Amino acid sequence: MGTMLDIQGLTKQFGQFTAVDDVSFSVAAGEVLGFLGPNGSGKSTTMKMVTGFLTPTAGTAIVCGNDVTRDPIAVKRHIGYLPEGAPLYDDMTASGMLSFVADVRGLSGADRRNGIDNAVEKLQLNEVFNQQIGTLSKGFKRRVGLAQAILHDPDVLILDEPTDGLDPNQKHHVRELIADMSKDKVIVISTHVLEEVDAVCSRAIVIARGKMIADGTPADLEQRSSYYNAVSVRLHRDHVPGLKEALGGIGDIERIETADDHGDTAHVLVMAKNGATIIETVNARMRDRSIAIEQLYVERGRLEDVFRQLTGDDQGDAK
Amino acid sequence: MSTALAISKRELFAYFSTPLAYVFIVIFLALAGATTFYFGGFFQRGQADLQAFFSFHPWLYLFLIPAVGMRLWAEERKSGTIELLMTLPVSTTQAVAGKFIAAWIFAGIALALTFPIWITVNYLGSPDNGVIFAGYVASFLMAGAFLAIGSFVSALTRNQVIAFVITAAVCFLFMMSGLEPVQSAFRGWASAFVVDLVASLSFLTNFDAITRGVFDLRDFVYLASVIGVFLFANVVIVDLKKGS
Repeated sequence: MGTMLDIQGLTKQFGQFTAVDDVSFSVAAGEVLGFLGPNGSGKSTTMKMVTGFLTPTAGTAIVCGNDVTRDPIAVKRHIGYLPEGAPLYDDMTASGMLSFVADVRGLSGADRRNGIDNAVEKLQLNEVFNQQIGTLSKGFKRRVGLAQAILHDPDVLILDEPTDGLDPNQKHHVRELIADMSKDKVIVISTHVLEEVDAVCSRAIVIARGKMIADGTPADLEQRSSYYNAVSVRLHRDHVPGLKEALGGIGDIERIETADDHGDTAHVLVMAKNGATIIETVNARMRDRSIAIEQLYVERGRLEDVFRQLTGDDQGDAK
Repeated sequence: MSTALAISKRELFAYFSTPLAYVFIVIFLALAGATTFYFGGFFQRGQADLQAFFSFHPWLYLFLIPAVGMRLWAEERKSGTIELLMTLPVSTTQAVAGKFIAAWIFAGIALALTFPIWITVNYLGSPDNGVIFAGYVASFLMAGAFLAIGSFVSALTRNQVIAFVITAAVCFLFMMSGLEPVQSAFRGWASAFVVDLVASLSFLTNFDAITRGVFDLRDFVYLASVIGVFLFANVVIVDLKKGS
């Protein structure tokens, strides 16, 4: 299928403020792209431009061969979109809402019936099908929003914070759904829940202050973490000084952090320099000194940590 | 076209899913009746026509129609559903037309429910039904013109109350432009052409002419073009402001 979504130099300015600054990337069928960034970093604005809601100041997005600045209607036909906060017409029933979207999308006959049935089944909306949307719980509203996005079986699915406000079971369900649909589609999800990226995304792009600052698989990103390949040791508190001494003089160790665990157990984190593999050396040294340990494992690197390194944690409250 | 109709269907449904529709219809019918019989002197006139009925329509529309138009876009922007709507394969023109048609049909339903008065006047005498029909068409067109203004103003704000007040004020200016106070304000300094131009923009002047049975195509064209101009402006505003 090749590239289905191609974003070229997308830029959006609101007055003097540049919300999205020259973002370019392309996504091929089968990829689930996680779009990460702090609040206000330009994730939603980028999505709004790709879906044809906002007009880019510069650049464009090509969706299945259609240029969003030239033929937005054609682009919109190929996209299923869940806007941030899943806005819906509260005065309609779930059934009315899905029928409306099917009508506007020009579905009729069997396509229309199958599309709606399929979406209702996938998102388990049967029990609220005839209930007014305004009276539904947040989780159900989100699911109605997802249902309207997938009912025409779009080639490109763009979901702005699809699991925001869902409970863990519902989150799990939505992630399964995304994984299930990803085979021949492009799925772009924005999130600031990093476990989600690990759970569903085959690729992650980090954006901060409107600029793309990282693009890679979640594993690639994890390697940038200072915790990548760090060794975590749990042992009796009394053995900590001995351990520190044993690990002295290993060049690949950046530093050693100690934290108290519950009871008499201490948690020692041995950080590797530049992600070097230190587990074997550490293990050997401990064996030599016969230090009794309770638990030993290698850290995978924390996305959260990478995220903070890349985006700067002062960003959290900025607009 | 079917896209616009799907939007109209939804909008019309939205009117009837809240008490607004019923409140509006009941109040419109009650006031239309009251003004005709009490203020219009329907019986005292002793004439088999509906002049007394139609002459109050602009005043009823003045505060009732803004209530119908105010939610069209303001509500979409406030609740964020505009993002949902405008990312469906819909052009702005289709969305504006669809919403306007729904509101217009709704106003038409209210107007159509005044039919007993047409029956009454035929029972009491033998009116010129052609004039009455033209009156209904003109009244419907005027409701459309008010609605087009209302829809346009609604796109300018997220706040329905503001939309209501501004729409009523703009409609009032359009109505009054043919009346003496406004005319004399212009007469002092403007040329006769400008004074006539302002007068010709008046809803009242155009509307009264039709209900009196003076058929001038220009009066119909005028009302239709007000609808056209404001809907066009509406499309421009929605495109400009949808993201903000």
